[in-house]
Formats: sequence, structure tokens, C-alpha cells
Amino acid sequence: MKKLSFAPVFVALISVPAWAAPIAMEDQSQLKVPAAVPAATAFQPPQESELPDNAYGKLVMQGYALFVDTKRLAPQFVGNGLNCSNCHLDQGRLANSAPLWGAYPMYPAYRKKNDKVNTFAERLQGCFQFSMNGGKPPAADSHEITALSTYAYWLASKAPLGVELPGRGYPEVPQPAKGYNLAQGAEVYKAQCAVCHGAEGQGQKVGDNYVMPPLWGKDSYNWGAGMHRINTAASFIKHNMPLGKGGSLTDQQAWDVAAYVNRHERPQDPRLVDGSVEKTRVKFHANDGVNLYGQTVDGVLIGQGIR
Amino acid sequence: MSVERVLMGGALLLMLGSAQALEGKKVFSEGGAQPGAAACMACHGADGLGLAAAGFPRLAGLPAGYLSKQLHDFRSGARSNPVMTSLAKALTEEEIAAVSQTLAAMPAPVVPAGHRSATPTNPAEKLALQGAWERQIPACVSCHGPSGVGVGEAFPPLSGQSAAYLAAQLNAWRSGTRHNDPNDLMGHVAKSLTDDEVQGIANYFASLPGQEVKP
Repeated sequence: MKKLSFAPVFVALISVPAWAAPIAMEDQSQLKVPAAVPAATAFQPPQESELPDNAYGKLVMQGYALFVDTKRLAPQFVGNGLNCSNCHLDQGRLANSAPLWGAYPMYPAYRKKNDKVNTFAERLQGCFQFSMNGGKPPAADSHEITALSTYAYWLASKAPLGVELPGRGYPEVPQPAKGYNLAQGAEVYKAQCAVCHGAEGQGQKVGDNYVMPPLWGKDSYNWGAGMHRINTAASFIKHNMPLGKGGSLTDQQAWDVAAYVNRHERPQDPRLVDGSVEKTRVKFHANDGVNLYGQTVDGVLIGQGIR
Repeated sequence: MSVERVLMGGALLLMLGSAQALEGKKVFSEGGAQPGAAACMACHGADGLGLAAAGFPRLAGLPAGYLSKQLHDFRSGARSNPVMTSLAKALTEEEIAAVSQTLAAMPAPVVPAGHRSATPTNPAEKLALQGAWERQIPACVSCHGPSGVGVGEAFPPLSGQSAAYLAAQLNAWRSGTRHNDPNDLMGHVAKSLTDDEVQGIANYFASLPGQEVKP
């Protein structure tokens, strides 16, 4: 069985990115989010029809295009099959679905944990590196970041600065008293999710493009993305899934299925420390919500990463 | 397993496959073996593209799994239509499988898949491309694919169907007379639509230009 002893080394090697990009926003840990709000009573972003016909209006629409068609329009910065609008529903407008109008007014943001101030541009770069598994992110002054920032600024028109608006982020769904159950999660997945996302979480494509996003595997978010946290995924799912039927799952179902999704392999955390899942777990995952990175489930180490 | 056995097995599979194709074509153009199993082409057209004026849908090029499910649903009563119910009951399992494959393989107009970033120019197109989330209505294309070309076995094409058929189905989902969708995904969206929206969406997808039917 000597051959087996090489397996972890091999896994570590293939998990290291071809070239390590500098990490724009190292602290991806969760910020506190206010309670959920019915979409109808939430902050109302402006309508496209209100956009002026000038350079500003054009830049907003370029940001919109990048937001909903990210993979096609910015392929060099997207290493998986996702678009921003997969996790920020209704083009980044929807309350309880991490709307851009809830995020933009909260930056620059101070993080006590690493005593750093992150700008909105850095937040967007973080999205590209983790949620989009994109390697080197667009520069802070690039067209992509400028257009996306302008789109977010426009959606936040007339929103108060530095105020946590109700419906911002994915409002927290408390962990059920009994915790979560992976086997029950598999059942929920099969009954409610597989029709769109596929039995193996692989998503569904038309031609080369995903219509329904992959939830795990090489084309999904990586181990550094906020969505890898079971609590974050549970909150997203509870408020927004199945598409158009948000709020229909129980808290328990949302937690169970979030855990089931996030027990599956996905691309490695680009912050990987010394090629070690354990060191990465200790540094970045141990105190970041509820997650399975670096833990062993059914005898298998989670977080080995795939490409 | 020897090479000969593999080859023989392969040949047998091919023969079975082509027997099924022949049977499917026969059901389509002549009907099934049992009485009452009328030919598809009588109502859905010799090309299987439907009869827009009568509201009979296109079947050509639809996913086999979707077609087979509809025939089974007509049979069980999960989907109701006076003509199709008795017709589907007269088809055998083998005939349903065969004709579904045949129909799926028949050429249909190719509607180029639009881009997500396209900007809607009227309210119906806005609903199709972006939805109306204040009423929990997702964009049509988020499940039925860009330009409504259909996704997988569960989300049928909308483009290449007539406005009459699309509107009739949306209204059937709205009133609850059609309810054979997975998890009420379509039913609960349709119930939030207005009359004008149903007509607008039906016209929008029916009007998307298809390119020539492949021979």
C-alpha cells in the first residue's frame, strides 16, 4: 500500500493554482446582516427607464451587462461557469439576495479582524477571485470594476450611506436546534433542486453556456467563496430557492440541503497556505461561520479542491 | 468478452435502435397498432411543427423525455386534453418510447440563443428576460433558456411554438387545469401573470425568428 501514501502529496500539488495571484481581499469572513424584509417593502432601486442617455447611462448598462453575462463578457476573469446574477437575483436588485444597493453604501468597510479597510473595488475583486474562481482579478481601475461599481452605485441611488438597509446580504436563518443532516439534505436536493441543477450538481447548459448554475465541481464557486459557508448558503436558499419560490423550504430543509451542497468538492481556496488544507482551515475557515472545509466526512477529507 | 461478442452486441443494438425508429415513424405518420391511436401528423402536421391556427403545438425537436412524460401524463390524467387523453391511452409503452425518440429527432427551426445582457424594449420582453421579482416571477429564460430554446428534459422550448398554444397553456397553468409540472414551478409563476402578460409573452416567444428547418 506504499503507493497510497503519495496520494495526499499529489492532491496538494494539483490543488495549487498554476500561478498564484495576489489576493485582493483576504478576509472573506461574514459580516453581520440585518433581518429579512419582504421585497415589496424593501429599498427600491431605480428603473432602467430613468437612466440618462449619456456616458453615465451607458456605463451603468455596461456594468449591468457584465453583471448578468459575466462569463461571456469577462472570460479572462471567470474561471468557472457562473455569472454575478446567479447569486444576486433580479440583476442585483432583489432584497434578501445580496442586492447591490445593500452592499455599495457599506464601503469602504473596516474589518477589525485584520485591521484593514476594504474598498468596494476590492470587494468586487474578491467576488472574482472566490465566487468566480477567476485567478488574477480585474485591476481596481479596469473597465470591468469601473462599470460594475457604476452599476452598483446607480442601483443604490438615494440610499443612505453607511446604513445597513433591511434586505441587505442574505438575512441569517438560524441553525436549527438539531443542527443539519446530510442525508436529509440529499433528499431535499433530489426532490427540489436536481430538476434544475442536475443530479450531480452539474447545472444545465444550452450550447456552451450554463443556464442553471453548477453548485459544485470545477465550474462552481471555490472553497474561499462566502457561499461555501453552510450558514450563508442556507440563508441564500431559504430566501431565494427554488427560483421564484423563495421562503417555501423550512429552515431545517435549507440548512440540510446547504450542507449537502457544500460537502461536495469544488476548486481549491486560492488562499491555500503552504499547500496544506489543514493550515488553510486553521487560518481562514476555523472561525468563519459553519463550514466543512478541512473536516472529514464519511472518512473523506473535504476541501482537497478540484480543477 | 470477446471482440466478436462486442461486435454482435453492437449490431443487435443498432438493429433494435432502427426497429424503434421505424416504429416511431409509423406511429407518427400512420398511428399506433391499437384502435384510437391516431397518427400524430394528422393534427401536428406532416413536419411535426404544429398547426398554429388551431393551437396544436410543435412536437418536432422537443426533448424525448418531455414528450414521453406528457404522453404518460395524458394517459394517467395528470394532464388533460380530450383528444390526447384517449389517444395516449391507446398507445403502448413501446410506441410512446419510439414516437418520443422520433419526434425529438425531427428537424425544427433553430432560434439563435440570445444573450443575457440584451436590453428589453417592451414589457413582455422585460418579463421574458428579467422577470417581475416584486411578484416572485423569474425571467422565462432563466428556466427555458436563452430565447426560450428549452433546457434539458424538464423545461420545453417556448420559441418555435405558436402564440395560440403558448397562451392556452399559460392560461391552463393559471386556472389550474394544467398542473403536471415538477414542484408546481410553472403553475405558481403563471398564477401571478395578468391576461395582458400572458398574451405578451406568448407573442414574444412565438415571434422570435427561427432559421431554416434542417432537411
